[in-house]
Amino acid sequence: MHELGIASSILESVQSAARRNPGAHITKVGVKIGELAGVDIDALQFGFECMVKDTEWEQLVLDVESIPRVQRCPKCQHEFRMSDYDPQCPRCGEFATQCIRGEELDIAYMEVDE
Amino acid sequence: MSRVEVEKKVLNENQILAEQLRERYRQHGILCVNLISAPGSGKTLLLEKTLERMDKRARVAVLTGDLQTENDAQRLAKFGFPVKQIVTGGTCHLDARMVERHLVNWELEELDLLIVENVGNLVCPSSYDLGEDAKIVLLSTTEGEDKPLKYPSIFFKSELMLLTKIDLLPYVPFKAEVAKENARRVHPQMEILDVSSTTGEGLDAWMAWLEARQRKAKEKTKLVSA
Repeated sequence: MHELGIASSILESVQSAARRNPGAHITKVGVKIGELAGVDIDALQFGFECMVKDTEWEQLVLDVESIPRVQRCPKCQHEFRMSDYDPQCPRCGEFATQCIRGEELDIAYMEVDE
Repeated sequence: MSRVEVEKKVLNENQILAEQLRERYRQHGILCVNLISAPGSGKTLLLEKTLERMDKRARVAVLTGDLQTENDAQRLAKFGFPVKQIVTGGTCHLDARMVERHLVNWELEELDLLIVENVGNLVCPSSYDLGEDAKIVLLSTTEGEDKPLKYPSIFFKSELMLLTKIDLLPYVPFKAEVAKENARRVHPQMEILDVSSTTGEGLDAWMAWLEARQRKAKEKTKLVSA
């Protein structure tokens, strides 16, 4: 539902990078979207395409990397992919494990044609 | 062709503003909470009951967000505390800019508690930091027990879950234990309180939670300014 706003923020970041680097032609922007970010990737792609259509940014490619949720056990330091909302450490059985990945809503890179 | 690593938050602008708000709240020893739930879970009624129970001298203010209408602000204004409606005009969440704009005419040094009632929506508000000390998610007994699993983001980011409308438990198929277990699967450290705004059950515990957090906010301010 708010993916258009997210798409707009991504495009603004690209535009501001372009302003800071006159002459650089940005062709691709890579983002990382965590499983816990609450962002639907298809809706984001669709919103982004609608936004750049018929503009000077029409050729800009949005590359989305989906980041799964990873937990770390505070007792045995084991890191594991959390599936099915089961936070229990598969190695030592600790329940109160911490989320260390999966909240990302980050711009990772931009590709430039020079 | 070359690739430039960026490592920047997509919502960087919102994040920067939110951090500025957080710093202002900290300087003034204000506790700010952000109430989030699906439409109809009882945010506004809970706020009415909360304001009703507040000491009349309490230094509390409310910002209430909706897509349209000033109805909620009117409902909340009758308790004598400052209330402002944020009409988003269709936007499904509040962002830090909207909060900042609506704080303009308020003297923050005259506040101890700022309650933000977000737009009824379990998805989008979870992405936008408003500078709050804590997000609070409401789940009502007329919803599904699996909501924490369907909308994990907001349950993961909330420090407290209020299970609302518990007076209806005898009449609805909702199993409170299942809902809580689902919430703890998503967020094992989350606190959970049972409340009914209609009967008043659990409201003492909720008020005590707010008071304890306000004391904590004041302590933090003292520590930093000392």
